[in-house]
Amino acid sequence: MSAAEPIVDVRDLTTAFGSHVVHEHLNLQVMPREILALVGGSGSGKTTLLNHILGLQRARSGSIKVFGRDIESYRGTDRVALTRRWGMLFQSGALFSALPVFDNVALPLREVHYLPEDLIRDVVLMRLAWVGLTPADAALMPSDLSGGMIKRVALARALSLDPELLFFDEPTAGLDPQRSDEFVALIKALHAQLGFTVIMVTHDLDTIRDLSTRVAVLADKHVLVEGTITDVMKIKHPFIDAFFHGERGTRALGAIAS
Amino acid sequence: MAQANSSSAVSLPFVLDSGQCRIGGGWDVLTLSGPGVVRQRRDALRGVPADTCWVLESTLRLDSVGAQLLWERWGRKLPQHIEISESQRRLFDMLAAAGEPQPVPVPKRDWLAWIVRLGDGVAVGAHHGERLLILLGALVLDFMAMVVKPLHGPWKEISAQIYRAGAQALGITALVGFLIGVVISYLSAQQLALFGAGQFIVKLLGVSIVRELGPVLAAILVAGRSGSAITAQIGVMRVTQELDAMQVMGISQGQRLILPRVIALGVVMPLLVLWTDAMALVGGMLAAHFALGLQFMWFLQELPNAVGLTNYWIGLVKGVTFGAWIALIACHFGLRIEPNTESLGKGTTASVVTAITGVILIDAIYAIIFNEMGI
Repeated sequence: MSAAEPIVDVRDLTTAFGSHVVHEHLNLQVMPREILALVGGSGSGKTTLLNHILGLQRARSGSIKVFGRDIESYRGTDRVALTRRWGMLFQSGALFSALPVFDNVALPLREVHYLPEDLIRDVVLMRLAWVGLTPADAALMPSDLSGGMIKRVALARALSLDPELLFFDEPTAGLDPQRSDEFVALIKALHAQLGFTVIMVTHDLDTIRDLSTRVAVLADKHVLVEGTITDVMKIKHPFIDAFFHGERGTRALGAIAS
Repeated sequence: MAQANSSSAVSLPFVLDSGQCRIGGGWDVLTLSGPGVVRQRRDALRGVPADTCWVLESTLRLDSVGAQLLWERWGRKLPQHIEISESQRRLFDMLAAAGEPQPVPVPKRDWLAWIVRLGDGVAVGAHHGERLLILLGALVLDFMAMVVKPLHGPWKEISAQIYRAGAQALGITALVGFLIGVVISYLSAQQLALFGAGQFIVKLLGVSIVRELGPVLAAILVAGRSGSAITAQIGVMRVTQELDAMQVMGISQGQRLILPRVIALGVVMPLLVLWTDAMALVGGMLAAHFALGLQFMWFLQELPNAVGLTNYWIGLVKGVTFGAWIALIACHFGLRIEPNTESLGKGTTASVVTAITGVILIDAIYAIIFNEMGI
């Protein structure tokens, strides 16, 4: 795959629930190794867009290409192979509540079959070490974990197959500022080492500022503008004014704005 | 060495020549997940002498799982002689940073664990009994509160439950009742016909169905249908923190969740019992007509003489008890569900099993009581 080819390519996407139109002629390209932040007001269809790219929901019209192929064309074993190239960090973790932490992270590796258990063990413990968890945590059940730990275990699980493409839905929501900063630093370090591509939905200005290499603003049913955070802030639009230039925005992004 | 490995070198993406070990090709999860690939690679890696110069080619597709294999072979450090690109080195830095994997603590096996389990079982049983008693007490208080202030009662919820547990259960109870009636009537008709006692089938069917089978059948169906639904619903409310929200808002769980369900099932069960009785008798009557040639009119005329009104009352009393019992058990197990999927499954199973076992136990107790009373 040449560097110029986008990993995710959304073209002319239209989505509607009944008569409620969520997306109209939406275009979005994500390049390898970038960290794209999807920003938009509540109900602007960020999570829906993510679900479309993941193939969890079907769009009304338009095309979505992932790794150069239409998402609808991945079927059967192709689809399984695709799911091994990406990882998703769900907003509330979506850990399997019946399995302990270790098995949660090991599950994708075990689903691959034929990987010997001792190798899986080493890989799982390595992933847990990456996200700052100890082997003692591996035996805990998800119901015993705090919100921050759930996020980390979920990240370890998303990383377990070394994905090329990662999706984060509100990665820092529900974390205190310090944990949130730690989480951002963690993802940043892992990204520098492993070089994956990230598409994340977030409302958190600090996360956007510290983590993303590019920002796409979803408003008026399509991608209003995409570019670096400085570029985006130059655009005149009510949502951008309120989001980036509001009181919170000025506080978080003051250095960039001035 | 190069010759010795040349045959396997075709399938393995590394080649040995002149003291160099070149590694290229697929060393990622997708390649390694083929059957036996990991074992093959490990064996081949072990065959490489320790002082080899390792060359990681630029064509190498390496991810951290494949790197882990090499890392193992190298004894968890980069070998002395190695040619490696910057990005590959970074990957091994990550492995180094993760450190030596510590063993996951395994719970020790205890040979006397069965005694602990036995004790646990008794303690859990006693605890359930205690909670159930408290629940029953709270229910009585809630009921009295409703009697005092009937306008504040959860009438909407009661009527919704009556519809769900009662009206929507008419189909399945009718079907099962009818079929059981047919089966019993048909089997007993054959035996009775042997002794020329065919007309006693009315008494046999009437008493067995109205007094025993109708109530128990209806109760088992309702326990499976509504009992499990109540447990799962309350359990999911725990998972989604709705129960906590109710508590924070000061809404009584007893008033809003338990009382309406117990009342609804208490009202609905006797009606369902009557309905099941009727359907089973219709089934029995049909089968008797075809097996013994008994006329429908005669069957219907004989029925009141064969089955006293007391039997109906007994059936109704059983119905009320069974209904309240099923609802109470379902609510009890629903409230005890913990916020995880496994607990939800276990709780629902326990609820249905306990409800049905309890129904049969209560039925036995009633049989003894009514026998002592001579009715």
